[in-house]
Amino acid sequence: MRVICTDMDGKDHELQATEEWSVMEIIREGGIPILAQCGGSCACATCHVYVDAAWKAKLPEPSEEEVGMLDGAFDVTADSRLACQIIFNKELDGLKVKLGPGSV
Amino acid sequence: MTESTTQNLLKTDAIIIGAGPVGLFAVFELGLNDIKCHLIDILDRPGGQCAELYPEKPIYDIPAVPVCTGTELTERLLEQINPFHPHFHFGQMAEKLEKTPDGKWRVTTDLGTVIEAGLVVVAAGGGSFVPKRPPIKGIETFEGKSVFYSVRKMEQFREKHIVIAGGGDSALDWVINLQPIAKRVTLVHRRDEFRAAPDSVLKMRALVSEGAMDLKIANLSSIVGTDGQISGVMLQEDGKTPHELACDNLLAFYGLTMKLGPVAHFGINLHENLIPVDTATFETSVPTIFAIGDINSYPGKMKLILSGFHEAALMAKKAFAYVHPDRRYRFQYTTSSSDLQSKLGVADAAE
Repeated sequence: MRVICTDMDGKDHELQATEEWSVMEIIREGGIPILAQCGGSCACATCHVYVDAAWKAKLPEPSEEEVGMLDGAFDVTADSRLACQIIFNKELDGLKVKLGPGSV
Repeated sequence: MTESTTQNLLKTDAIIIGAGPVGLFAVFELGLNDIKCHLIDILDRPGGQCAELYPEKPIYDIPAVPVCTGTELTERLLEQINPFHPHFHFGQMAEKLEKTPDGKWRVTTDLGTVIEAGLVVVAAGGGSFVPKRPPIKGIETFEGKSVFYSVRKMEQFREKHIVIAGGGDSALDWVINLQPIAKRVTLVHRRDEFRAAPDSVLKMRALVSEGAMDLKIANLSSIVGTDGQISGVMLQEDGKTPHELACDNLLAFYGLTMKLGPVAHFGINLHENLIPVDTATFETSVPTIFAIGDINSYPGKMKLILSGFHEAALMAKKAFAYVHPDRRYRFQYTTSSSDLQSKLGVADAAE
């Protein structure tokens, strides 16, 4: 299973994905630098990603806390999420995300 | 060793850079070894990430504390180190490290505090908490002139058109404080909801409905201006083309982020923004400078608070050899040592 992560330079990386890991962990352990300063506790906004439009509907809605934390990110759009709050499962095999401003 | 103040120069045994949980616990371990400390932290309060990032979030992996919040952990550590009377220098950043002619370290902060000590303990975690800078090209050329991330002098905004960006307490507090003196205040936030004290939100909403200020639901996409003086900001509203809003000043409050900062120029070896240490002593490449907690690196390192506590204990043992070269190190337990108990001020209670 995999996650495709587009870095800030626009380059795609195919990352090995593990069920129940957060997408932030999959990116970090895949060797793509991502700040993720709070370590995945939804307490900063430094793992901001844009979820590819085709995948958005497959994700559960963000929590109120996550939406609030996104106030600390930049250029937030309707596709913005915190990668630490997206938990990977097999339905998400092939998920495409792009690193957002403030995540590196 | 005694502490003294000569004019503006402070003297102590050890300067701890960072007052997060590991820096605080270092006070305890050093204190048991008769080593006095001053701590410097850029935040205005102790706790580091526990104070800034997760004050209300639960922590479950502190030994013998099944659960506590970041705030509770900080409070308990402060209680534990209280017998050692640490000196705190909050709201300032350790900016310069120099060697004095008599072989001590002199640390100068950005507020001009000068402290001398034989030892420096870097417990700076992920670095200094500094304001997040909007990812706008060229914004640095406007910073401190017409773009600000904090307010030092309110007067400079009198009769100015100011744009305040953000949706938290800092943004709302400055909207409310500056609205009476500014010519016009516009609050720019990405959504029509605010994570701030409800009272502040009510006040801001009232000002908007009275027509005393403006509220724009938009992202800040770029800034316009020359020679450090902005003339406007470009706002991107949902589904529209960006449009310019004229202004004299931009105040951006998007929270804090961690940056290594001046520690990078202290002459200590770094590896990928971390400080390699000897795991027997937690000393850096520079003798008498130690690094503990998230900022250090060594084979097998795990960035856990409990790792930092362990590192503080070993660091203090080596520190003792530097500060008290004439004394023989004695390994003791707080449970049984009347010497340690008297340092902790519990000698009578334990009898």
